[in-house]
Amino acid sequence: MPDPTITLEIFRYHPEQNETPSFRRYEIPYREDWVVLDAINYIKDHIDGTLAYRWSCRMGVCGSCGMMINGTPRLSCAAFLREYYPNPVRVEPLANFPVERDLVIALDDFMHKLREVNPWLIRAHEQPLSDGEYRQTPDEVAAYKQYSMCINCMLCYAACPVYALEPRFLGPAAIALAQRYNLDSRDQGRSQREAVLSSEDGIWDCTLVGECTVACPEHVDPAGAIQRAKLASTIDWYKRVLMPWGGR
Amino acid sequence: MTGPYRRPVPSTWWLHNRAYFLFMLRELTSVFIAAYLILLLILLYRLNAGRGAYESYLRFLGAPGMVTFHVIALAAALFHTVTWFNLTPKVLVVRVGARRVPAPIIAGVNYAAWIVFSALVAWIVLRG
Amino acid sequence: MAGTREPFWWSLFAAGGAVAALLAPVQIALTGIVIARGWAGQSFTYDRALALVSHPLSRLYLFVLISLPLFHWAHRFRFTLIDLGLKWSRALVAGVCYGAAVAGTILAALVLIRF
Ligand code: SF4
Ligand code: FES
Repeated sequence: MPDPTITLEIFRYHPEQNETPSFRRYEIPYREDWVVLDAINYIKDHIDGTLAYRWSCRMGVCGSCGMMINGTPRLSCAAFLREYYPNPVRVEPLANFPVERDLVIALDDFMHKLREVNPWLIRAHEQPLSDGEYRQTPDEVAAYKQYSMCINCMLCYAACPVYALEPRFLGPAAIALAQRYNLDSRDQGRSQREAVLSSEDGIWDCTLVGECTVACPEHVDPAGAIQRAKLASTIDWYKRVLMPWGGR
Repeated sequence: MTGPYRRPVPSTWWLHNRAYFLFMLRELTSVFIAAYLILLLILLYRLNAGRGAYESYLRFLGAPGMVTFHVIALAAALFHTVTWFNLTPKVLVVRVGARRVPAPIIAGVNYAAWIVFSALVAWIVLRG
Repeated sequence: MAGTREPFWWSLFAAGGAVAALLAPVQIALTGIVIARGWAGQSFTYDRALALVSHPLSRLYLFVLISLPLFHWAHRFRFTLIDLGLKWSRALVAGVCYGAAVAGTILAALVLIRF
């Protein structure tokens, strides 16, 4: 019996050679314990060294290997070939991002958005180092822990049709990150982040499709984070309008 | 040399994926509910206008086409109810200490309220 | 300093969605199917219906039942139009949708106040 094989159809785009992308098929040995990333590495090493893609940890930690696999955003190091075998596997760069080359997408927009939400502890008055650290109870940690698990893999952006249609939308991971700090008992910067969150391309663009949460490999639940941000902003808004004398 | 390649988004994007399609259905349930409310408002208007107006409107509502519309609207409304209740725990996060009240409990409270309200309304309207 | 008005519309959307989720199925089943098909017997004759609807609490209930879900519709439809590729300005889409809900609310008030 011949050794089993599996076919990968890979999105190729080399701007200096071809103005339009195309798919190329590669037939490679099938191994039960291989993930899609292993298959791509095999192609790079043995068949076609020009294939470009990102990866690093091969264990679902670094967040750099996200790809569309049969149309679904996945970490290619966590998607086993056996989920697809014997059918071919179609691999494309993460949806909704501009493609630099093959499976490599442009990160600039995402990086910019992460910075925009001021993702660090903001204090009204920084307390001097000699006073020691800001302490938290386990309950206070639990309030934001889930939102701090993000590995910046961008699968949620690839799953989001709102981002597809309006690339200016702040998007799931950045809003979840803002919530991660807003819900941190040591932080006092919520009103500063509110300007970005409630801007024209902030939380109010979200229509709760919910696919970001489905796509997220770290169970961050960005869709939930966005809805909670909407509720919190709404409560603030009514407080401001109904009690304008209320100060903050 | 060309720059980064931007893949086009067709306006039929919601047909390409089951989850997106269900999302679109969920959003469009609101159209059926709104249409129903307009018919209800007309019913009230005719009720106010007098016996003849009311009874002829009831005959209009009894036509097969109108009943078919309401059956479809009922299906849409039920789909709205289920999706709405199932998403409520995403917005309302209740914490007891370090533990978050599980989503099925929050959704369950909604379903219980739904049964109570529906029974109450049906009883008031139909008790005769 | 009210800033964006989105929280206001969103709160009406959320309230309307909740009202619709709780009450739309039973209401549609009752007036659209049971009563329309004549299965309700004597319970919805003209006199009985008029007496029931004339009660102030009934009218308040009907006002909430009609108005809030219209805002729920307006909010969702506004974004659906954009999702489907409508190229109007966003402010115009929002104005038309919420405007329709406001109009429906006014009509509901006018009808219900006369009982
Ligand atoms: S929220 Fe989840 S899907 Fe989005 S970037 Fe973070 S880990 Fe990835
Ligand atoms: S290679 Fe690091 S997450 Fe996949």
